Amino acid sequence: MTTSSGSTGAPPEAAAQPAGRAVGMFVLRLLGAVAIPLVAFALLWMTFEYLRNENANRGIVVGVALVVGVGGVFFLYWGMNRVVEYLPERVREGVRPYIFVGPCLVILSVFLIYPVINTILISFKDARSENFVGLDNFRFVFTNHDMLLSIRNTAAWIILVPLFCVTIGLAFATLADRLRRGEAVAKSMIFLPMAISFAGASITWRLIYSYRPQGFGSNIGLLNGIMIGLGQDPVPWLQQQPWNNLMLMVIMVWMQTGFAMVVLSAAIKAIPDEIIEAARIDGASEMQVFRRIIVPSILPTIAVVTTYMVINALKVFDIVFVMGNAESDGTVVIAERMIDWFFTSLHAGRGAAIALVLFVAIVPVMIWNVRRFREQEMTR
Amino acid sequence: MSSPTVPPAAATEPQRGEIAMRDVPREARNVGEPRQGGWIIRITVALIVILWLIPTAGVLITSFRPEAQVLGSGWWTVFAHPFRAAEWTLANYTTALDAAGFGNAFLNSLAVSVPATVIPITIAAFAAYAFSWMEFRGRYVMFVVVVGLLVVPLQMALIPILRLYADGAVLFGRQIFPDLDLNGTFLGVWLAHTGFGLPLATYLLYNYIGSLPSSIIESAKIDGADHFTIFWRLIIPLSVPALAAFAIFQFLWVWNDLLIAYVFLGGSRQNQVLTIALRNLLGGRGEDWQVLTAAAFISMSLPLIVFFSLQKYFVRGLTAGAVKG
Repeated sequence: MTTSSGSTGAPPEAAAQPAGRAVGMFVLRLLGAVAIPLVAFALLWMTFEYLRNENANRGIVVGVALVVGVGGVFFLYWGMNRVVEYLPERVREGVRPYIFVGPCLVILSVFLIYPVINTILISFKDARSENFVGLDNFRFVFTNHDMLLSIRNTAAWIILVPLFCVTIGLAFATLADRLRRGEAVAKSMIFLPMAISFAGASITWRLIYSYRPQGFGSNIGLLNGIMIGLGQDPVPWLQQQPWNNLMLMVIMVWMQTGFAMVVLSAAIKAIPDEIIEAARIDGASEMQVFRRIIVPSILPTIAVVTTYMVINALKVFDIVFVMGNAESDGTVVIAERMIDWFFTSLHAGRGAAIALVLFVAIVPVMIWNVRRFREQEMTR
Repeated sequence: MSSPTVPPAAATEPQRGEIAMRDVPREARNVGEPRQGGWIIRITVALIVILWLIPTAGVLITSFRPEAQVLGSGWWTVFAHPFRAAEWTLANYTTALDAAGFGNAFLNSLAVSVPATVIPITIAAFAAYAFSWMEFRGRYVMFVVVVGLLVVPLQMALIPILRLYADGAVLFGRQIFPDLDLNGTFLGVWLAHTGFGLPLATYLLYNYIGSLPSSIIESAKIDGADHFTIFWRLIIPLSVPALAAFAIFQFLWVWNDLLIAYVFLGGSRQNQVLTIALRNLLGGRGEDWQVLTAAAFISMSLPLIVFFSLQKYFVRGLTAGAVKG
């Protein structure tokens, strides 16, 4: 009779129990999964109030934030585990798993599941989400001039950025693989921009594209420096529609080629040497080795890297947002329009509709990507 | 290959990589080796590397030049007389740190990034452990839901969460979520980053923790350890490589993030993080290149330190993080 519901046999045992006890167990589990995390959150809450104090010394606020943020989450689990210890032994191990997964599920419900449903609802409502307006917002998305422009631009982003990143990355990985020395250093130099924020990279590139009209000081941008050196007139690079979109894409290519290169390089190194050597002994040229052996062997990796780049390009926001006035420059993209409509134009319905369009565009690519990633994980 | 006890056979094995090749006698090499190569490859690689470094070099050099020089001539002109003292200054960094508020913003970035890294990893590690080593009803369904949420782009969540923070949630005329007034607070940003990072973190840690040998956990159970002790004393120490890789990815992701900080923390001078401060500076003093570049370099400093000191974990983390939604 005193067998505790050990961690191995909880579900079948629960099924064999009389109905009353099963309900009791269920209620307890529900409490474990929902109530206990909420209580712990409430406790932490009181500390957070301090952090709102505008006049407090910044150093102290940041210090408290670090201690509370890092310590709080440990305290949360420790506290919940202590509560579980007080439960009757019979149910303890049945409740404990829900303590472990509870916070994860609570946060995901609040921050992802609920918002997805809510965004879908909002996208059918008006600017202040008061009345349903049917498909008006979606009609707007597919007829408004700037929206159509942003869809065209985003299409260019998701084709060109992955194309250049993967091509340059593959070429560089193949070449660097042949180096006797310095391969690691060369690769980390290409990879380095990956550590920088889009905002930082945008400033870096604005310095390169910088333009001053004649008579307004000297041109200190590298590109216009070259133009002047060649005896040409300086060019306002970021105002040349539609080519300025390419100028912005260059930034993303600069940042993400390193990622493509590192992943592809690892795939190239995983090709068994015997195959490549055999081909060379049989008289294959380097180009043939590359096209007939290296590329086909790493095709799955190329696919994964490409989808990753496509998703990133679909969601590009920071570069366009930081680099200038997207609307007047004609550099609008979908993710940037969403923020603009929600925050600047204060039209939640249209913002949500744009987000939904983005979601619908991303889901198939993402599902495919996760599936490929899982396959790769299995074979590793 | 520094170990003195390497058997001679190891050297002739067709191992890939420069070290192994160097040990092979010269005559044995030329059969399976790339024939051309040499100079052309070396020069091409060097050219690409230089091309890739030019933008960063421009920022770094400009940030150390006095205002008059910066506005009067391109940064590449310093190479004409690199040792003239009038060409260099540290004043831009003091301006950026104090007057432009980047010292403050650096602290804010830290206060956002460290908890926004620790919280999701801790929550994900507990969940990953439960999904791999505990048995409970609904385990499979819950796990599928968590992994399924990988496909949700965070843009889908911005508007509802912003409203949730501001007014709480009302369903059928009833308040189902309290009005917490979280906009503009660190906690609001931490939780948002936690929510958006959790699916990936849980999924990656599940892959790792689930692949640990079950014999370790079984023997700990026989010794009387409960799940909490096993998790804390056994699983966490064993999972350090996976935790470190994801921590670096998440930390840099949060540190470099502009969107979530812009939406939930706002652009007030008190609260702004580095990316927001950079953007505000660009709006307000868009042609003050000497301050802009110094500020940009301040924002890059920590990621670059992480990059150079933890490169191995860094690459692994970014590769693993490639499926973030």
